[in-house]
Amino acid sequence: MTLSTRTHIRFRLNDRTVTLNTLRPTETLLDFLRLERRLTGTKEGCAEGDCGACTVLVGRLNRDGVLVYETVTSCIRFVASLDGCHVVTIEHLKGKDGTLHPVQQAMVDHHGSQCGFCTPGIVMALYALWMRDAHPSRPTIEKALQGNLCRCTGYEPIIRAAEAMAEISQKTADPLQAERDEVRSQLAEWQTGETVDMGDGADRLILPASIDALAQSFAANPKATIVAGSTDVGLWVTKQMRPIGPLIFVKQVEGLDAIEETDGGIRIGATVSYTDASAVLSETYPAMRAYFDRIGGDQVRNMGTIGGNIANGSPIGDTPPPLIALGATVTLNNAGTHRTVPLEEFFIDYGNQDRQPGEFVERIDIPKLRNNEIFAVYKISKRRDEDISALAGAFKLMIEAGRITDARIAFGGMAATPKRARHVEAALVGRDWSIETIEAALPAFESDYQPLSDWRASSDYRMMTAKNLLRRCFLEQQGETASLKRFAAVEA
Amino acid sequence: MNEMKPIRSEAFEADATIRGGAHVSQRHDSAHKHVTGEAVYIDDMVEPIGTLHGCLGLSTVANGAILSVDLHAVRAAPGVVGVLTAVDIPGENDISPTGRHDEPVFAETEVLFHGQPIFAVIAETRDAARRACLKAEITYEERPPVIDILDTADDPRLVTPPLTLARGDAAQALESAPHRLDGTMRIGGQDHFYLEGQIAMAIPGEDGDVQVFSSTQHPSEVQHMVAHVLGVPSNAVTVEVRRIGGGFGGKETQGNIFAAVAAVAAKRFGRAVKVRPDRDDDMVATGKRHDFLVDYDVGFDADGRIQGIDYTYAARCGYSSDLSGPVTDRALFHCDNAYYYPAVKAVSAPLFTNTVSNTAFRGFGGPQGVVACERVIEEIAYALAKDPLEVRRANFYGTDDRNVTPYHQTVEDNVIHRVVDELEASSDYQARRADIIAFNRESRIIKRGIALTPVKFGISFTATHFNQAGALVHVYTDGSVHLNHGGTEMGQGLFTKVAQIVAEEFQIDLDRVKITATTTGKVPNTSATAASSGTDLNGMAAQVAARTIKDRLIAFAADFYDVPAESIVFSANRVDVGGHPMSFAELVKQAYVARVQLSAAGFYKTPKIHWDRDKGTGRPFYYYAYGAACSEVSIDTLTGEYQVERTDILHDVGKSLNPAIDLGQVEGGFIQGMGWLTTEELWWDSKGRLRTHAPSTYKIPLASDRPLIFNTRLAEWSENAERAIRRSKAVGEPPFMLAVSVLEALSMAVASTADYRICPRLDAPATPERVLMAIERLKAAGAA
Ligand SMILES: Cc1cc2nc3c(=O)[nH]c(=O)nc-3n(C[C@H](O)[C@H](O)[C@H](O)COP(=O)(O)OP(=O)(O)OC[C@H]3O[C@@H](n4cnc5c(N)ncnc54)[C@H](O)[C@@H]3O)c2cc1C
Ligand code: FES
Ligand code: FES
Repeated sequence: MTLSTRTHIRFRLNDRTVTLNTLRPTETLLDFLRLERRLTGTKEGCAEGDCGACTVLVGRLNRDGVLVYETVTSCIRFVASLDGCHVVTIEHLKGKDGTLHPVQQAMVDHHGSQCGFCTPGIVMALYALWMRDAHPSRPTIEKALQGNLCRCTGYEPIIRAAEAMAEISQKTADPLQAERDEVRSQLAEWQTGETVDMGDGADRLILPASIDALAQSFAANPKATIVAGSTDVGLWVTKQMRPIGPLIFVKQVEGLDAIEETDGGIRIGATVSYTDASAVLSETYPAMRAYFDRIGGDQVRNMGTIGGNIANGSPIGDTPPPLIALGATVTLNNAGTHRTVPLEEFFIDYGNQDRQPGEFVERIDIPKLRNNEIFAVYKISKRRDEDISALAGAFKLMIEAGRITDARIAFGGMAATPKRARHVEAALVGRDWSIETIEAALPAFESDYQPLSDWRASSDYRMMTAKNLLRRCFLEQQGETASLKRFAAVEA
Repeated sequence: MNEMKPIRSEAFEADATIRGGAHVSQRHDSAHKHVTGEAVYIDDMVEPIGTLHGCLGLSTVANGAILSVDLHAVRAAPGVVGVLTAVDIPGENDISPTGRHDEPVFAETEVLFHGQPIFAVIAETRDAARRACLKAEITYEERPPVIDILDTADDPRLVTPPLTLARGDAAQALESAPHRLDGTMRIGGQDHFYLEGQIAMAIPGEDGDVQVFSSTQHPSEVQHMVAHVLGVPSNAVTVEVRRIGGGFGGKETQGNIFAAVAAVAAKRFGRAVKVRPDRDDDMVATGKRHDFLVDYDVGFDADGRIQGIDYTYAARCGYSSDLSGPVTDRALFHCDNAYYYPAVKAVSAPLFTNTVSNTAFRGFGGPQGVVACERVIEEIAYALAKDPLEVRRANFYGTDDRNVTPYHQTVEDNVIHRVVDELEASSDYQARRADIIAFNRESRIIKRGIALTPVKFGISFTATHFNQAGALVHVYTDGSVHLNHGGTEMGQGLFTKVAQIVAEEFQIDLDRVKITATTTGKVPNTSATAASSGTDLNGMAAQVAARTIKDRLIAFAADFYDVPAESIVFSANRVDVGGHPMSFAELVKQAYVARVQLSAAGFYKTPKIHWDRDKGTGRPFYYYAYGAACSEVSIDTLTGEYQVERTDILHDVGKSLNPAIDLGQVEGGFIQGMGWLTTEELWWDSKGRLRTHAPSTYKIPLASDRPLIFNTRLAEWSENAERAIRRSKAVGEPPFMLAVSVLEALSMAVASTADYRICPRLDAPATPERVLMAIERLKAAGAA
């Protein structure tokens, strides 16, 4: 099959079509908006995805062909990744006659801005929420704002505004409602299955259309950097100013974001976002819901991918511990040749994974829980939300007739890689499911891990808390309250 | 007298009241621009053609001599127009705000903290400047850095003279007290994390002139610094600021360097120059709240009444004095919080360290003073097995006696009893505390705590001469008003409040008053918008200016219409001249025709205040603002994680000028204070590198950190006892300290693990780790 290629990027920006025949592969959407389009309503607060001041919406046709809008942080999103999308900025919200959108009016009425610098980002986050749920509950509002910092208001008036959004009558048509059909057909028209290939050398960027095209491009350019959600790679550019070209973008690759139920479990494509993964994994493994809700904020969850979280090999990535505990495997694709390895074996050492040049992560397979298996996963961080874990621990235990017959325990933040607690597992298996067994197993943590001290936590704290998470796992199984729930009803 | 008396009774709708006068809730003047993204911050301004961009090159060691600086590769990098080092500064290489000559723009022979600016790259784009910066090759002879306060023990160097406050014989009182205890508290610093980072843009003018747009709380100081660095008189430099995206004290002096570098480069290259550091550079290179180590020694009786107390407040000031003198002074001014000390000695130690020079931050040292004081109250309560609230009450300042502060000012406006009594009732403190103690007996892992803590905060700059302000008001012939004053708008709603005051004076709708950017060209020699004083000072100055014009209008009308001045009444967009109504605009037009000056400058200086620092006596504060908060928390004793379940606040803002804005200051200040005391942790490594230099590692509160139930009320009955602007009170800083209630509630929850017998001595910030470690300490102490 010959693949058709295109040498330009096209997307919709508010109500205009943008076509770019030349493009620096690492140009960020934020710089593009502010410097090239002078759309200065979108602000830069950090240039690393953490403050939300740069929040815009990106609309795309999802795998079911539905037009969905998601919040993203434009500071770490590359322009090239927007091919075929609809970018919506704060400038697009107000009616043509100058009337404020209900979300904006609610923010004014409830004194939701003080210095106003966070405000455009907050309005965009609330706008995305309003589209999904015009009458949001407090937990829903808080979740929608996990990716937005405000230093002035203390958030209370913003929450009040979010609660009042629905009461404000819409005087002029919501822009995205009004344009919906037009946008849908424009984006559908752009779905031509072409691979984009622009620029040369380090300035080359490739957007393969299919998994095969990706395999070919990467095999041919093994030094290229793969960009998935760019929630890591974005910072290499904005903070480290690392030269990383050429770039191969993968989020648009058809089929790489597939989610399937297989006989034994769930199969998740590499580019499935945290948001989408959370939806499906929480069904099968209920403990995952609260856990995923504490990965980044909405913007990061919408952009970041499971494949990226694994491929970056970080010892503090949040998805490897539960996936390892569940016994997940990772399938790699090298020029079309596949191999599958247990996830724990993929992580060899700090900064070293079992991945060859030109090889990419294609999917993850996660077995379902068997009868009598319990599963728990916990994240510990300085701040509850949108923080990187000091440590994270996941426990899968088979309890049969009051005895622990199988155990898989994995931790992040305790070693140079996400790592199984094999000594602890050994101290548990074959013994009674009792507090005595738990207490007796605790010293084994010291054989498994020698954690570091850093700004997130001291070595002592990590060790103490890792042990206590095993205690928590046991106590919770006994029905005891052993963790804090901000909104008990929602998280239960 | 006037022959023609054409009193025009035109038909206009007589409003009952004006829209947007004083004492009503009014939205922020820029709210609609905030929510649409139309509010212009400096980085949003249209750049003059050819604008260049600067980036600062920062030191990579914390202490050492500079051996060589090789910037060839920097100069040769793409897009670079030039490089500036100390030798390129036409005037003085110094921006020390207190004139101590200890803060160079660019380090010359030695660097004293990691992140100290050494050079600047000026390039065609910001990206090019940032990339070029990385190419510098600088070698150092490293010296061991002094990072922590404890590192200074061997050789404590002070960056500025310390202060001693003393009243009575503290040593004697400690000796004779029935009970005595001592301890130490560590209090962390805090990054401002204003959402809009530091930024300045300079546009060169004729001769020596330069215009600077700066994100600053202190345009006059930026003007002076830029003039000083350029070697030109102040009149050559105009500094303008319309709004800033948050300041919190972090833009009182810390914007100076960016403005100075932009100005030097603009003059050097004859083009506009913008300097906007990356967030990480901003956090590394600019100062923060001072961290403190406070030693206390207290004597008290069986009721918990303090008889004598001795404090040492040691502060990490960083490598230069900056504002450390007044900051550490203010810590001492608040070592009493709301309590009377019969005998007291308090000493400050503003210590030199090889860290960034710490600076102003909301409360200006006061919060550190208060936190340590509240720790002492807690210690006494645990030692006597009492509810800390009981100990607080036993020590509150009296109204007629027991009312003299450690600095010999008499507290004349004490309302703390009423504030605390009302909050105790409205928060249902006693019943909830009993419930919590019962809950803690039953719950093994989750423990709860509750605390009700007061705040009394002194209002005025302690440097008396800063307590002055100017304003400029023009009335145009159509009756519209142009308002300008020396304060800066940073989100606190200052512009709105001052405009309300002017609207009220003239009795015209708020939208008739145009709020204009602060500029040194209109109102000179201003003080920083700081110390919560913005509205007190500028509101008064604007009121004076408006009254001057109003008096001229009255004199004119009395004369012109031959009516007594007392019969001329301004009300709701009209003026009643001896029974004949006319619109405000009409009167103004007539006055103009009669050649009445319709522009006035207003000036205000705070009365009554004086301060003798050498003697440690005086009346540094015009008045006090009061408040109290009650917070309840839950902690997880397995991990140290916690959440704030509920907070109730009652805060005194006098007669509020704008309740909505004041409420916003109270809520926002509380959350910011809570961040300081909980998750915001500054972490330096042993080489003196700040490792929490970005929002990824430095965690300010999120929406989901708010108290689950958050009730905030203003003390509606309160009026300022002093003649402050319309009997209101300052609100910027005092609510910050309400967050002490969270720290102490956490402490109580920890204490429950040892049956409340031991004071947990929970230091700040109380991260989950510190909470867990405190539990472990109590376990060990309980076992021993
Ligand atoms: C504000 C913020 C908050 C965050 N919070 C969390 C958190 O709570 N928990 C957490 O775990 N992480 C967090 N992160 C980190 C980040 O989300 C993850 O590391 C993320 O999973 C990376 O995924 P991505 O799709 O964005 O990857 P990218 O940034 O696009 O890529 C990351 C790395 O993986 C490689 N890569 C990506 N996909 C593939 C593939 N299919 N095959 C081979 N290589 C590939 C890239 O080349 C690159 O080396 C946060 C990041 C930000 C900015
Ligand atoms: S600028 Fe802070 S998230 Fe993008
Ligand atoms: S209003 Fe200032 S940061 Fe939110």
